[in-house]
Amino acid sequence: MRSIIDIPDLSLPELDALMDTAEDIIRRPGDYAEVCRHKKLATLFFEPSTRTRLSFEAAMYELGGNVISVAGADASSVAKGESVADTVKTVSCYADIIAMRHPKEGAARVAAMNATVPVINAGDGGHAHPTQTLADLLTIRREKGGFSGLTVGMCGDLKFGRTVHSLLSALCRYENMRFVLISPEELKVPSYVKSECLKRNSLPYTQVTDLESVIGDLDILYMTRVQRERFFNEEDYVRLKDSYILTPDKLRKAKADLCIMHPLPRVNEISVAVDTDPRACYFKQVLNGKFMREALILKLLKEAGTL
Amino acid sequence: MTVDSIQNGTVIDHIAAGGGMKLYHLLGLEKADVPVAIMMNVNSHRLGRKDIIKIDGELALDFDVIGYVDPDATVNVIRNGTLLEKKQMVLPERLKNVLRCKNPRCISGSEQELPQLFVLTDQSTKEYRCYWCETRAAKL
Ligand SMILES: [Zn+2]
Repeated sequence: MRSIIDIPDLSLPELDALMDTAEDIIRRPGDYAEVCRHKKLATLFFEPSTRTRLSFEAAMYELGGNVISVAGADASSVAKGESVADTVKTVSCYADIIAMRHPKEGAARVAAMNATVPVINAGDGGHAHPTQTLADLLTIRREKGGFSGLTVGMCGDLKFGRTVHSLLSALCRYENMRFVLISPEELKVPSYVKSECLKRNSLPYTQVTDLESVIGDLDILYMTRVQRERFFNEEDYVRLKDSYILTPDKLRKAKADLCIMHPLPRVNEISVAVDTDPRACYFKQVLNGKFMREALILKLLKEAGTL
Repeated sequence: MTVDSIQNGTVIDHIAAGGGMKLYHLLGLEKADVPVAIMMNVNSHRLGRKDIIKIDGELALDFDVIGYVDPDATVNVIRNGTLLEKKQMVLPERLKNVLRCKNPRCISGSEQELPQLFVLTDQSTKEYRCYWCETRAAKL
């Protein structure tokens, strides 16, 4: 039974095919409105993530399917006594496919091993959240027409941000990309991420601490949150935080077709005034996430022989 | 120093010096009900200095553990005072219930009867990662 725990579970042709399906759904939604008729998606959310759960549920409804859901207080009561293995074995009896969010890292792998239906990891602690990366990839492809020749800036907390590491490793599978890694010294990309992605594929990259000095070079700017608790002292945080907040003023030097991304939710790292800028793509990312979840549900149900 | 030669048992030889005690603990030999001898810093043509473990009696050993601690070690199986078999160790692809995942958020810490499983992710650096959460194992 094929499940998706993390992005490396998908080959490059599979990633491209998922994006093709998503774009086809966008073009011809009517053709997909009944494809999952009488099929059920179970959303098991052992920790709250309303936006991800809604995205999966909306995706299944748009395919004409149904949703059964365990979330909030119910999920924590399930989580108390029962193992992940037993929970997914039970839910496999009711649903054709499962999307699971769990606070423990590796929980999705345990679920996939025990379920008798496909499992999609909707986030397992700090480990993986592949459908976020799928949303990011589709956004870049739709905005830029492909991945070749792009200069991608990643800005903010590049040390702890799993979305950044996951996107970076996915983009490194495409050729002819350049990266600009923009972060305070304290929050640079870990060396193992650099050696596993950038160096292994010998992709050019630069590391800088200042966003404004490089913003003009970028085709993509992926913003992430710089959290106060990541700093040793308050002074460093106060000194640095403003340099990683995107404002209309900083954007004056940027390309006219820059694509500004953010995994959301944002706290204050992108000024609200940027939202009306046509280069702001973060709400498009949300929409693209729903389409990629549709494509993934379809793919896994087909492979399982359910469709 | 001499240790009586054994009639039935196992001699783990050519352990790089310093590895003997680690191997003793990881194999759980402190709980063995047969005599066990560790010799450390023995002169060796091949290694300069080496450690040796002699187990006097039949005992099931996890060869993956030996390969993990020292893939260059050799295991000599002795039966009736003669060498029955000489096994060459290799770095194992997987380690089951040998290492414990140090990540407090790992599912292996809370899920009932889930084995502690580590997989070899980099042969050259002997890097193992938790199969569940992908956290790196501490270096030996
Ligand atoms: Zn682990």
